[in-house]
Amino acid sequence: MTRALLAALVAVALLAPAAAAAPPRASLPDVEDEVMCLECGTALNVSNSPVADEERAFIRQLIARGLTKDQVKAALVREYGPRILAEPQGSGFSLTAWLVPVAAALGALALVVGLARRWRRPAAAGSGAAADGADGGGPALDPADARRLDAELAAYDR
Amino acid sequence: MRPRLYWPVTLAAAALIGLLAYGVAGTGADTTLDDAMRDGKRVDPPAANLQVLGGTRTGSLADYRGKVVLVNIWASWCEPCRDELPLLEKTHKKLAREGGTVLGIDVKENTGAALTAKHEFGLSYPNLRDPDGSYVRHFGQTGYPETYVLDRRGRIAAVRRFPVTQQWLDRTLPPLLRERA
Repeated sequence: MTRALLAALVAVALLAPAAAAAPPRASLPDVEDEVMCLECGTALNVSNSPVADEERAFIRQLIARGLTKDQVKAALVREYGPRILAEPQGSGFSLTAWLVPVAAALGALALVVGLARRWRRPAAAGSGAAADGADGGGPALDPADARRLDAELAAYDR
Repeated sequence: MRPRLYWPVTLAAAALIGLLAYGVAGTGADTTLDDAMRDGKRVDPPAANLQVLGGTRTGSLADYRGKVVLVNIWASWCEPCRDELPLLEKTHKKLAREGGTVLGIDVKENTGAALTAKHEFGLSYPNLRDPDGSYVRHFGQTGYPETYVLDRRGRIAAVRRFPVTQQWLDRTLPPLLRERA
């Protein structure tokens, strides 16, 4: 009994990593959203045309042969060319699909930083002036005005 | 706007507008070929080596120079294309006797589907493949099927943006077959 249990444990220990390492077999929904319908110009999972149907049938054939997702995509590229993939290529004009969003994000960041610095400058200047004020609420009065204000307030109190 | 911000912002806006214009222009159909036909001019077809359907070799339209070539853009998923295949096969047999050929260019489909249709319709004429349709775009292609007729010097002499008819073939081919290379 103990020997049988030990053998079973050894078998599980040996087979489990192999099973975990085996790449999963592809499924149509998993591939469809990463592939284009060549005629419609939309992703295959939202395309409903004879071309899309034929592409799906081809993908099903590849899946039936037990191919993984990467192998299916590679076979699609061999058959239809790189434009079959929804992900833009990293060369030529397609490169702009990667570069423009990065450039736009950097531009937006620069704009936010620039505006934040601009907004902070008057606020800082304002707080500096407030620090100069006797009551913390505005610029300091010159001595003549301060004396006049005191006199006026004393007259008002009487 | 502050002077130091003016040029970067203007250049970025111009670049984005240029990119948008390029993208919009790239999606429109090229009418160069139609304009040339309207003016009675013959023009050279776009040059490219395409894979032979069901083979490992490549071929091009230039390989058929000296023949009148009926270049047919088709795909088996396109019903009007399938409808005209019997007429094209019949035309090919006739052309072959008179120094011409039909040449199919199968577009946007896998080899297996195209070969199935080829066998189904008993097509005996040669076929090339344009798997992503990038080659036929240079003809200003707008739909399926389309047919272009090359004269014996390899120049495009006629364009049909719809399925061919016997009447159109009878009107278009004989004068070209009478021409010398």
